[in-house]
Amino acid sequence: METFKLTVNGQVKEVTADPGTPLLWVLREDLKMTGTKYGCGIAACGACTVHLGGVPTRSCVVPVALVRNRPILTIEAMADDPVGRVVQDVWVSEDVVQCGYCQSGQIMSAVALLKSTPKPTDKDIEESMGGNLCRCGTYVRIRQAIKTSARQLG
Amino acid sequence: MSTATTSHPPSVSRRTFLRVSSAAAGGLLVSLYLDWPTIAQQPATPKVYPPDAFVHVRPDGKIVVQVNRLEFGQGVQTALPMLLADEMDADWLQVIAELAPAGDVYRDPVYGIQMVGGSGSIAHSFEQYRQLGARTRAMLIAAAAAQWKVTPTQCRAESSVVYGPNGQSARYAELAEAAAHLPVPENIQLKKESDLRLTNKEVRRLDSGAKCNGSQKFGLDVDLPGMKVALVAHPPVFGAKVKGFDANAARAISGVQEVFEIPLVRGTGVAIVADRFWAAKQARDRLRAEWDTASVERPDTAQLFAKYRELARTPGNVAVSRANANAMDSISPANRILAEYEFPYLAHTPMEPLNTTVRFDGDRAEVWGGSQFQTVDRMAIAEVLGLKPEQVTFHTEMAGGGFGRRATPDSHVQREAATVAKRLRGIPVKLIWTREDDVQGGYYRPMHVHRVEVGIGGDGMPAAWRHVIVGQSILAGTPFAPMMVKNGVDSTAVEGTADTKYNIPNFHISAHHPAINVPVLWWRSVGHTHNAFVMETLIDELARRAKADPIAYRLKLLSPDAKKLRNCLALLQGKTASWRSLPRNHAVGIACHESFETGVACAVEVSIEDKRPRIHRATITVDPGFAVNPLTIASQMQGGVTFGITQVMSRGAITLKDGRVEQRNWDGYTPPYMKDAPVIAQVHIVPSSEKPSGCGEPPVPVISPAVVNALSRLTGKRYRTLPLTEI
Repeated sequence: METFKLTVNGQVKEVTADPGTPLLWVLREDLKMTGTKYGCGIAACGACTVHLGGVPTRSCVVPVALVRNRPILTIEAMADDPVGRVVQDVWVSEDVVQCGYCQSGQIMSAVALLKSTPKPTDKDIEESMGGNLCRCGTYVRIRQAIKTSARQLG
Repeated sequence: MSTATTSHPPSVSRRTFLRVSSAAAGGLLVSLYLDWPTIAQQPATPKVYPPDAFVHVRPDGKIVVQVNRLEFGQGVQTALPMLLADEMDADWLQVIAELAPAGDVYRDPVYGIQMVGGSGSIAHSFEQYRQLGARTRAMLIAAAAAQWKVTPTQCRAESSVVYGPNGQSARYAELAEAAAHLPVPENIQLKKESDLRLTNKEVRRLDSGAKCNGSQKFGLDVDLPGMKVALVAHPPVFGAKVKGFDANAARAISGVQEVFEIPLVRGTGVAIVADRFWAAKQARDRLRAEWDTASVERPDTAQLFAKYRELARTPGNVAVSRANANAMDSISPANRILAEYEFPYLAHTPMEPLNTTVRFDGDRAEVWGGSQFQTVDRMAIAEVLGLKPEQVTFHTEMAGGGFGRRATPDSHVQREAATVAKRLRGIPVKLIWTREDDVQGGYYRPMHVHRVEVGIGGDGMPAAWRHVIVGQSILAGTPFAPMMVKNGVDSTAVEGTADTKYNIPNFHISAHHPAINVPVLWWRSVGHTHNAFVMETLIDELARRAKADPIAYRLKLLSPDAKKLRNCLALLQGKTASWRSLPRNHAVGIACHESFETGVACAVEVSIEDKRPRIHRATITVDPGFAVNPLTIASQMQGGVTFGITQVMSRGAITLKDGRVEQRNWDGYTPPYMKDAPVIAQVHIVPSSEKPSGCGEPPVPVISPAVVNALSRLTGKRYRTLPLTEI
């Protein structure tokens, strides 16, 4: 067990964990931030997506020891993020979610896309969102909500 | 109306029976009864549901509605409160929906147990929630009328306020206490359709906000003081038992508390209890267990298909035999089609891995879990713990999808959790199935072989149809079997074929149900998944052979009473009229199917990109009777067709070799991602005032036949084996 200092949503947190513990489980079990979801553990579904140093990252395969000083942003911080806020509001107004379990990850991927590519094409959307699985099949509305968000962020 | 749970009927305390009967549309009718002698005294459906078990008007004006079934994406947590709030004249912005715990009063009015299944939520609770709302409103008005010394008919209600004849007004929150002491009226008048303000309108989901900001708690997010996490090492072959295990390396992991053998519904396993998930996972990876796989059947997909193909050559138990079963013999071979279809096992893989949290306190227990079968799961946990069901408090947690996987008649996950909790006594334990457990753990949509011979008449329409279906029975060995398996035919295996809406004069359907050592389960739309594929691809083939328009051909072949499908096809015809000029190498595929009393038709525009079907757009028409929430219905159609695409994914199959499942996770068993789904999916609802029917399952069956019908037009090939590994 080792102690790590993590910057999560702008706050410095100290956790003691096995260095190999994926960031996902540190967030969920040590920091009690359960908005980030476990879906597969092998970076195949994107439910655990966070921004690590600004880059959308599957937290289920990143050992906590490798995070180092890179800031971590999770779904819990999106209401205070100018792009995140818009995306969340559009997600609600377009009734995107169904079971909702994958949507934290979907929103984290969508926010990262809109930050790097403010006017995404269908191809950009498919590439950036391509690793986020939704078993309810909300893809049609996710695609539309990203386009609406891009317009609103203008 | 001040407390939420006062007047429940007596709980089930003695031995219980599940009784099942066939519903008109092939759905399930289940009733949970006490001992047979008490059946007459305990009707499954109370005549008047007690409003105080469903509605709580809080002093702050919030109206808390208990939803009597699981929410796992289908939108019932919004739709049922809509129905209630509409009749109650409640202020919708003040409505809070909660998932009710397990309780007799929350049993499905038709099934008789607390459950979600058969796309029955709205169909079964439509009247119930409307009546609850109307009764609550009547009681609030009566309370106001008494206070103002006027008659209730002189008062009216709007947006959580009662108005009197002389300018009086009172908020529901002010009246709630007095109303709670009034008798529940038996006779109430429901609103006319034209007076509805929420129902039949596009109302957004109540749970979106929490699901978009990370605050929504699912079963897997349950966190209790002192809670432990448990994983189980399951046998590598279904039903195998532990011969021995070396847990030294597992116990050496920091945070691991206990490693011990436990009985499972099938075979035995080794449970690992730890402080944290990751410790439990590492310990399980390091556990060295030996299994007795020699004494259990070790199924093998290739061998099973060979066996199934052989079985399909002879008729099975007869599901339906209409007119002359031998009419085929008088049709010349040139006018016959012989088609053999193969379908693999399919896993549900809901996004939220299966889990249940249990704390056992000796004389009672508390459970937290997302369950489609609260009544059944609660009974199973009680049985494991040696308690009565009413000693088990069962909290229904929001679930991240399910698609049938959270409705297991044997409650195997809940039994595992209870078994571990029993040993940990006093300590809450969250039992988690990892994604690997889920993919490899069975309870699949059964694999099937269909063998169909179609004789074509002089008019190009099918004159004779001989059809053999081979696949495991889902219902055999469950409490549902006595009523749902008739003449040796599991009705869920032949639904969508035996009861087809197509008018085929000489028609013979039979089924074989081999017993195989692979647990099987209903997978969103159940038998319709494979039966609709067979029917809709063959009908399309017949239409092409007859050089007929695929919609016109279907309309001609449908029986006159297939009103819902006729409505859907007619609407589809209109909505796709502009699809005449397509880009080169694009083609349209059509399919329609009725299931769970809802008709759905679908047109897709498809091309081939990177050797895979690319679905540029889908137009879906649906006749669900009266549309309670058109916004949710559209979501279910869009999502349901995407779920159905699982069937045609190149890695959309669970296979076994020497008894072991060959896929481990979503890398080997790969459901549709965004690029596999329709780019655009437009939904059109047939206007209707008929009683509402379900929308969760009916979109699933149509999409895979529609897609391959389009592919057939592009390549000239027929696709009869799923998954679609090659095009």
